[in-house]
Order: sequence, then C-alpha cells, then structure tokens
Amino acid sequence: MTQLIWNGLFVGSFYALVALGYSMVYGIIKLLNFAHGDIYMVGAFAGFAILGATGGVSPDMQLPLLLGVLVVTMGFTGMCGVLLERIAYRRLRSAPRLSLLITAVGASFSLEYGVRVIAGPDPQVYPVRLGGTTIHVLGASITVQQIVLMVVAVALMVALNLLVTRSREGRAMRAIALDPRTSALMGINVNAVIARTFFLGSALAGAAGVMAGAYYGKIDFMMGFLIGLKAFTAAVIGGIGNIPGTMLGGLLLGMLESFGTYWLGGEWRDVFAFGVLILFLTVRPTGLLGERVTERV
Amino acid sequence: MSVQTPTSTPTRRRRKGTALGRAITRTFDNRWAGLAALAIALLAPFVIATPYALSVMTSAAIFVMLAAGLNIVVGYCGLLDLGYAAFFAVGAYTSGVLSTRFDLPLLATLPAVIVVTIIAGIVIGAPTLRLRSDYLAIVTLGFGEIIRITANNLEITGGPSGIYGIPGLTDNAVVFYYLTVVVVAVAVAGAARLGRSRLGRAWRFIREDEDAAEAMGVHTYRVKLAAYIAGAIWGGLAGVLFAAHLSAISPGSFTFLQSALVLMAVVLGGMGSTPGVVLGAIVISLLPEVLRDFADYRYFAFGVLLIIFMLVRPQGLWPHRSREASA
Repeated sequence: MTQLIWNGLFVGSFYALVALGYSMVYGIIKLLNFAHGDIYMVGAFAGFAILGATGGVSPDMQLPLLLGVLVVTMGFTGMCGVLLERIAYRRLRSAPRLSLLITAVGASFSLEYGVRVIAGPDPQVYPVRLGGTTIHVLGASITVQQIVLMVVAVALMVALNLLVTRSREGRAMRAIALDPRTSALMGINVNAVIARTFFLGSALAGAAGVMAGAYYGKIDFMMGFLIGLKAFTAAVIGGIGNIPGTMLGGLLLGMLESFGTYWLGGEWRDVFAFGVLILFLTVRPTGLLGERVTERV
Repeated sequence: MSVQTPTSTPTRRRRKGTALGRAITRTFDNRWAGLAALAIALLAPFVIATPYALSVMTSAAIFVMLAAGLNIVVGYCGLLDLGYAAFFAVGAYTSGVLSTRFDLPLLATLPAVIVVTIIAGIVIGAPTLRLRSDYLAIVTLGFGEIIRITANNLEITGGPSGIYGIPGLTDNAVVFYYLTVVVVAVAVAGAARLGRSRLGRAWRFIREDEDAAEAMGVHTYRVKLAAYIAGAIWGGLAGVLFAAHLSAISPGSFTFLQSALVLMAVVLGGMGSTPGVVLGAIVISLLPEVLRDFADYRYFAFGVLLIIFMLVRPQGLWPHRSREASA
C-alpha cells in the first residue's frame, strides 16, 4: 500500500514536470503543443550525448555530474522550445486553430524522426545510472536516487511557481493569458514573453527527460509520445493552465496509475490512464482546480 | 468584434496565393478529373499486373478510402482526429473476429461492422465534442492507443499476433482490385455528395465559425457528432477491405503512425477537397514504394512538410473551390 503510493508519487512527479510545460503554454496562448513530449525525448538524448562526451567518472562524482548535465540540457531544450515556437507556431498564432494543431503534430513528427535519423532506431543505454541504497519507510522500499530525483523535481516546480506568482515576468505571463492585445498595449513584449514561456516549459521537460534517462536507463526516439499524452492527462485532471493544479494532477495521475496497475495488471495501465482522461473530460472538463473559462466571441 | 476590412475574412484569405498556385488550381479544377482518375485506376492493371503491383495498388485504393473518411471529419467539419486508425482497426477486427470465430462470409459481417463503428464513434465523440476542438485532438490520440492496446491484450483479438485466415472476398487478385476500386470510388463520391448536402454545408459552417453557426440555429453538437460518425463508418468499411486484402491483421497495423499518415494525406492534398484528398492519399501511399532508399528520412520529411504546408499553403495541393467563396 505505502509502496504503491510512493511509486505513484515518484512517477507522478515526472508527469507533473512535463505537464507543467503543456499547461503553461496552453494557459497563455491556448495551444496544445503536441511536440512537448518530444522535447522531453530530445532532453533525454541531449543528456545522453553530453554524458557520452564527458566520458567515465568515478561513482561518487556521478551525482554532481548528472546535476551539471541536467542544467546544460535544460538550457538546450529550452532553446529548442524557443526555436520551435519561432519557426512553427508564431506565424500561425492568429490562423485557424486547426492549422496550429496540425503544425504541432508536424513538429512532433519531425522531432521524433529527426532524432531517429541522428541517433538510430534502437534504444540507447544511459551511461550514468544512480546506484541506490534502499531505505525502508513504513513498509515501502525507497531508493536514494528516487529521493534525489524527487527533490530536484519538487525544487523545480516550487521555483516555477514562485516565478509565475511573484515575479514581474510571471505577472506579464498571467496578463497575456488574460488578454494578449491589452497586454501589448500596456507595454508588454508579448512575443518575448511567449518565447520565454516556451523556454521554461521546454527546460522542465528536458530536465524530466534526463532524469528519466538516468532512472530507467534506456531511451528511444518514441519515448516522448506516451509521456506527452500522460502529461496532457495530468494537466487536464488538475486543470489545464493552472500551475498548482497541474502539479496535483501529475501526482494524482501517477497514483491512479500505480493503483490501476495493481488492480488490473500492467498491460492495462495506459488504457486506464486514458480512460481517466476521458472520464474527467466528460464529468469535469475544467479539472480539479481549473476555473470555468468562458469563450469570448 | 472590431471593424475589419473584407479582405481579412477567412474565405478571402484562403483564395489568395501565388500566381503559380492559382494556375495549378485552375488547371485541376475540372469536373472530369474524378472520372479520369477512375479510368486510370481501372486501366492500371492492363499496364502492370504483377502480384506485387496489384497489392500496392489495392493498398493505395484502401488508403484513398481512409483519407476520404478522415476528410469528412477534418476537412469538412474542421475537427482534428489523431486516432483515425482506431476506426480502421475497429472495422478490421470486427469483421475479422466475426468471420473467423463464427465462420461467416465477410459480406455478412458488414452490418455488425457498421453498428460497432457507429457505437465507437459515439463513445468517443459524445463526451469530447462538447469541448474545445483541441481536446478532441488529444482524446482521439488516446483513443487510438486504447484500441490498439486493447487489441494487443485481449484473447479474442489474437493478442500481439492478431487474427489470420480471414476469408477474402474473392480469390483472384485482379477481381479484388477492381472490387476495391469500385467500392472506394463509391465511397469517395458518397463523401463528396455528403459534403455538398445540407449536412455538409452545416459542417463547413461550423469549420468556418462555430459560434456563428450556433447562432444561426445549427445544432453544432449533433452536426459534429454526425461528421464524426460518418468518418467512423468510412474508416470501419476501409478496415473490412483491409482485412479482406491481407487476410491477416495485427495491432501493429493500427498505430499512431497510420493515423498520422492519413492526416498527412488529407492535409497535403487539401482539406475539404475531394480530388485533393484522393491525390494526397495516392501520393502518400505510393511514395514509399518509389523512395525505398530514403526510408529513414521519410517520416522526418513528412513532419517538416506538414509544418511547411501549414505555413505556406494551408489549402493543400489541390484546394477545395466552393461557389460560396467566390461570391
């Protein structure tokens, strides 16, 4: 029981990290960035490439090295996100919604198969794996690496939340979410703020990618597809566009999956997750913490 | 809504484009194009009739039917469906399971296939069509995965290895090819006529401006559901042809890649344009046969093409020309 909750929370923190990028972008420009899951994948591969370039290190240096790689990768995927927005999305922001969605699918496709062309279709094995000592807490076995990864994830989420609620930048983001045109009139550089939002969201996804690579040990070019869907589900559960809600949704989805796997068996895990998504959209489309959005014509 | 100049309305903007684009559009805008395409399809076996070529052409024809079905949803109604392969799978599996477990001839499974695909369309469309269209996109994506994983896990669908020994409609490959072409031609023409009907006009209205359509008394939810169900039936029937063609089906044929390729065909050809979609489907399904050496780059190029098309020529290769737009 405790084990199930812990597993759920751990997987859920990954979902939450990826879901935040989805949620922020959706909250500001109402775009479902399908390529977001693939940014996570690009992060995992970028981390893989950097780790490969640094060569072997002694086991006690692995954790600092990994944290360093994490920061570099976050910068890299952040730039990928900015580039993506600049090339594929910005010009279409006022175009019909359908065009934007199709471009997003195209972006997702090009990232997936672009990485496949570069890195090959076979899964790659991560060079660094955090060796974990197991601790037992209330009957659940927890490894040290899990704790480290969770602390990093929580720290990133708290930092993001502070940024959005307390800083000038965050205020600009919230203003654009409410009304882009008026924000522009008030002297906010809308394009720059949207680009920075993409940077932040993509950086978080990249961090999650490196962490997933170091934890699971295996990466492949399609790894972002499923996690993108799951992250979207998490965002919908918590209330898309709402940052604390998205974190809650991620953790909740992780737990639901953990229990669903226990009850129904591992092969039904994804079906269960999507079932939850459809159920939520039917019963409470605004999510747990989301506010009702009225469409302005 | 502020005062806008008429040139910025969506219909006008779509008709703009380069001079070359307009010339291409005019050349192809011919009512005999459909009959010409049918004639080419019917004459093709006289030119090349190796079993391999026939198989490729039959697959291409089935793919055209899929694209025509998705065109109803995406092209006419403007709803993005990213799990279209799910309906393809539902049709193929329903006919496959019924014909192998109960020894039914394939034709006898058709009523069941239609009923099951309609139910599938309602199950997935009913909760999501009330919401914003982008939710629909991702839910259909999830639904596509659900169907594939379910087919992979259940015993009755044969698990990962699928169903084999599905009875074909005929033993002769040439006869089956002609049969497929005729069915597909009827399906394409039917979809086109549906697009011009009262319901079709309501679909286009919703695509252009859902709120305005609602204000004019179109029951948007019901009309969208109708588009979704129509798309589901087209996909399901294409699935039956697919099962009859290959005589074996497995979950691997119904991945997201398949859905994305059909979408690609619709977008590339021209959303809402019947000849465009047929052309797009033929290009997408025959291209891999021509460019075998570039297999690795193919999907990457498809993704890039999707972006480029949306940026530069959102109306597709062979755009739809409606009489209303020129008014």
